[in-house]
Parts: sequence; C-alpha cells; structure tokens
Amino acid sequence: MEQITPYIWEIPTSYKKGMRVPARIYASEKLLKDMDNGVFEQVTNVACLPGIQKYSFCMPDGHWGYGFPIGGVAAFDAEEGIISPGGIGFDINCGMRLVTTNLTYREVRPRLKELIDTLFKSVPAGVGCKGFVKVNKKEFTDVMLSGSSWCVEKGYGWKADIERTESYGRIDWADPSKVSEKAVSRGIDQLGTLGSGNHYLEAQVVHVKHIFDPETAKAFGIHTPEQVVIMVHCGSRGFGHQIGTDYLRVFEGVVKKYNIEVRDRELMCAPFRSTEGQDYYGAMACAANMAFANRQVILHRIREAFEKVFKTPAEKLEMNLVYDVAHNIAKVEEHEIDGKKKKVVVHRKGSTRAFPPGHPELCKLYRKAGQPIIIGGSMETGSHLLVGTEQAMRETFGSTAHGSGRTMSRAAAKKQVHGESLQKAMEKRGIYVRAVSMSGLAEEAGMAYKDVDEVIETVHNAGISKKVVKLIPCGNVKG
Amino acid sequence: MGKYKIIDDVAIADVAFEIYGKDVNGLFENAALAIFEQSADIRTIEGKKRESIALESDSLDTLLFDFLSELLYLKDAKQLLGKKSAVSITQSNKKYSLKAEIAGDTIDQRKHTLKSDIKAVTYHMFKVEKTKEGWAAFVVVDI
Repeated sequence: MEQITPYIWEIPTSYKKGMRVPARIYASEKLLKDMDNGVFEQVTNVACLPGIQKYSFCMPDGHWGYGFPIGGVAAFDAEEGIISPGGIGFDINCGMRLVTTNLTYREVRPRLKELIDTLFKSVPAGVGCKGFVKVNKKEFTDVMLSGSSWCVEKGYGWKADIERTESYGRIDWADPSKVSEKAVSRGIDQLGTLGSGNHYLEAQVVHVKHIFDPETAKAFGIHTPEQVVIMVHCGSRGFGHQIGTDYLRVFEGVVKKYNIEVRDRELMCAPFRSTEGQDYYGAMACAANMAFANRQVILHRIREAFEKVFKTPAEKLEMNLVYDVAHNIAKVEEHEIDGKKKKVVVHRKGSTRAFPPGHPELCKLYRKAGQPIIIGGSMETGSHLLVGTEQAMRETFGSTAHGSGRTMSRAAAKKQVHGESLQKAMEKRGIYVRAVSMSGLAEEAGMAYKDVDEVIETVHNAGISKKVVKLIPCGNVKG
Repeated sequence: MGKYKIIDDVAIADVAFEIYGKDVNGLFENAALAIFEQSADIRTIEGKKRESIALESDSLDTLLFDFLSELLYLKDAKQLLGKKSAVSITQSNKKYSLKAEIAGDTIDQRKHTLKSDIKAVTYHMFKVEKTKEGWAAFVVVDI
C-alpha cells in the first residue's frame, strides 16, 4: 500500500488479478491501522468490476460489509459499466435528516424526558412497528413515484422541506412496475417508522466551542449557542430490503448471461444498460422515494411532538429542515474524468454525497454555501454537520464519509455492556434514552464505534468536506 | 453439536451464524431458529399463529436463502414473530421443494421482548455443506 498524501492510501492494481483500477482509502494513519483486512479485500474486489472509473474508494469510517465495504464509493461508466445492489445495500436510501429548533438546551432540559417520551410514542420503532400513515396500494404507488412531495401534498410537511432534501426528495426514474408485490406488502404499513439496528432519532445540542464555521452554520440555520436540533437516521424499511433481496436473486441469474466475473456473491451485478440493470435502477428509485417519504413523515411527527410539549406551533419554533441526505444509493451523475465530462453511475454505500458551493443540483438557499452533509456518530459521542467541497468533486465523485463506523461486532458489544446499565449511565451523563430493545441498545454502545472526531478530522484535512458544527446528544429514541 | 452459533467479528455491523443440522430439514429449522432468536426472546412468544411456506429451487443454498428471506417477509407483511418451524424438503428432477409450517405470534411490543429488526439475508460468505456430522450452513444477516 502506498501513501499518496497524509490521508490517502493506494492499493495498486498489482495487488489482485483482475483489478481494473487502483483502490484508494481515505484514512488517518490510526484509522487505517484499525481497519479490518476485509475492507482491503472488498475495496479491491470492487476495483475488478466492469466499467469502474478512476479508483475504487473507501471512506475513513469504512469497515467490512458485504459486497462493497461500508464506506465504499465507486463510479461506473453509464454506457459500459455495471450496477450492483451490493454497492448500495439492502437498506436503499438509508440516510440522515437534521432539523433545527430555536430552543436552547436551557429551555429544553426541564422537559427533556417528556419530549423524548412523546417522540418515542409518536415515531414507532423496533421489530414489527407500523406507521400511523395508512395508505392503499394506489397511494403507496404515488409514494414510490413522488417521495417527499406526496407527504407535503398530504399535509405531512412544509413546502420548504422539499428543496432541503437530496434530489428534492423525489427520484424521477422510479418505476413501480419493477417492484414486486412482496416488497409492497412488506413496506406498505411502515411509512413513518424508524426500524432498529443503528437507526435512531436524537435530540442534540450545539455548544459554542463546536461551531467551527459560523458563517456556514448560520446559512444552515444554526446560529445560537446551546441551540437544540433533531437528527434522524433511517431508510426504506422492509420495502427497500425486499427490493434488494429480489434483485440479488435476479442478478445471480444474469452474471453468466453477460459474462461478468464477480469475486463475491454479494457483488452480483448487471450491465447498467441491460434490461435487468434498468429494472433494478427503476425499483431502487421507488425504494429511495419511499425512504425520503418515510423520513418526511417522521419529521412531521417530530414537529407535532414539539408542538405538544412546548405548546407552540412548529413554525414559531423554527423547526426547519437543514437537509436530508442519502448514504446508500446509486445515481447517474456527471463528473469530470481525464479532463472530459462523463456520465457515471455513482454507487455510495455508507457514503454521503458532498457537492460543493455553486453545484447546479443544489437549491438556491445552499448554492453559495454548498451542500450540508450530515454524519451520524454513536449515540454517546456526537455527530457532525459538514459542507461539500470542490475537492470532493475532483477526487471522490463528490462523496465523503457517512458515520463513525463500527469497530466492534454486535455480539462483542453485548458481552461488554448491558442495555439497562448503559441506559442508566447515559442518563447520568445527561443523555436520556428510550429504546424498544435493551439488547439492541447495548449493541449500539459508543465503544463499539470508531472515534467520530478522527473520522471528521480525516475528511476535513483530506479536503473532501469541511467541518461546520459538532452536535452533542442529549436525548435518543431507538428501535 | 448445538443448533447454531453466533460467530463474532465476521460481520462487524451485522450478525453471522454457523448453523448445524443432523439432516437438511434440521439444518433449515435451526437456521429459522437463529432468525427467530435474533428477532426476539422466543420464550415470550406463545406460538399460536401459523403460517405456511412453500418454495422451490435448483439448489439447497438458494433454497435456504429464499426460506430465510421468506421469514423476514412474513415478519413485516404478516406481523409474524416466529418461535419454531417444521420443515420438509424433497428432491426430484434436480429441483428441491420445501414445505414449512411456522408457529409464532402476531408482533406485540408490549408482550414480546424484541431484539433486532433484521433487514435481509446476505450472500456474504453464504454456504450450505454436508459435513461428517450432518449438515452445516454459514449465514450473515443485515441488521
């Protein structure tokens, strides 16, 4: 492995037979040392896939996943390349949403428990949870086609939420005819639900010392010391999971047909322009739109909970959406490759889009500042808000990290800590947690994750995004 | 030989199982049990709700993948929290056919001690093989 800069490490094509491009890992020396070997195997397996451009990337929060590493980014030629469900993940458009309030921690603290208890009741979480939005099949098809817009039309949100969502909360190549009945019946009752695992809803505080870029923070709606914000992490629920499962089996049957050699069954893929590739792309977009709608409905419930607890309309509480980002998705984007603009299918699996100031895809509001990037840390340590850069466009197809990344397995975490004692210890430190599953809570303990600040320093110093604000948790709802 | 074992540090963010069975039916039943016990404390499940599964596949490993995926489907679409399963697999003309009866409860967050909402069965290191003692499988599920 060759060190290219203090934060970029390259694995040359000579590492493995079949590598079409080198692999590049963004990491500090410490993060690289702690990465499992599986990451290096997986990032180089991706480098063997047809049509891959420039490099197969892994972000500093990277860890061993299935198919692609988590933290993997790869762009494939839109004409000659492939699309792979393993480069997106089963939780299609798993993503983050950040909402401001004009309340300070001093105002929220006396009612924190009431607030978190209310949120716990209004946003269903855990195994088998059903959402409060009841839709029929026709309406669910509209959700697949319209995403966040469907919610706003139905009164679950504000018009301004739309432009503050990646792809304006609606991916327009969605094709419901490519989605199975099974996927529909798995997801139709789940609009407005969190799920479990590492998904959460969190109340967070902005301390003055954590505002690194006051001007950009202000542009994003963060302006007051001790301001309270809300962060949400979830995806397309059973609907997306079923689409991922369905197409993994479809693609398994077509790799031979298209004579594609894959090194891992989770890297099953099809040429992007093939019927199967386009079918998956259309179905994936339906799941992506459902995920945008899911987080939009959750935002609506969060606003209702605040209105109930603080007896003030959400508008007056300035509960504005900062942004909604997807971190498990594939999209056709135009990037400059060898001096020429080219259309590529960018796969981000555990990676966030990081578009710079001036990018035409961004809404007017953020055109000058750049795209907000929401990075969820562990529930004990904190999360970050960053902004996209030109350098990310040049180097990583406009992509950056997505979280802090796990370092410890779920089983190992549970051996070290019990859910109940963790809940009590966190409360002592000022973080009030409500969880459906106590074992699930233990699995998400802070010690199971990498140091989020080290990840953020890496992407900041590497230049693929810039620090804006660090957010400290004070309340958490988990599945 | 137990029914299954959780393998640590194979899938950092997910859960890996090594599953055993005296015969293929037992292997599939134990694989289902691994899924059930990952989803909830099955001692809190009565097992009065029944669902049937019928599947066909060209190979045993895709049959296991489809069977376990079907359990996740039933969890979301039919609200079925499984407790145990009875599996019967037959083979003819190079096709494997599976019939299974699942016993469980309708999910009730007040009654059941719930664990993880499993997203999907993955093909990561997925394996079904005949061993000296019977059958074994390796399955990683996405949490």
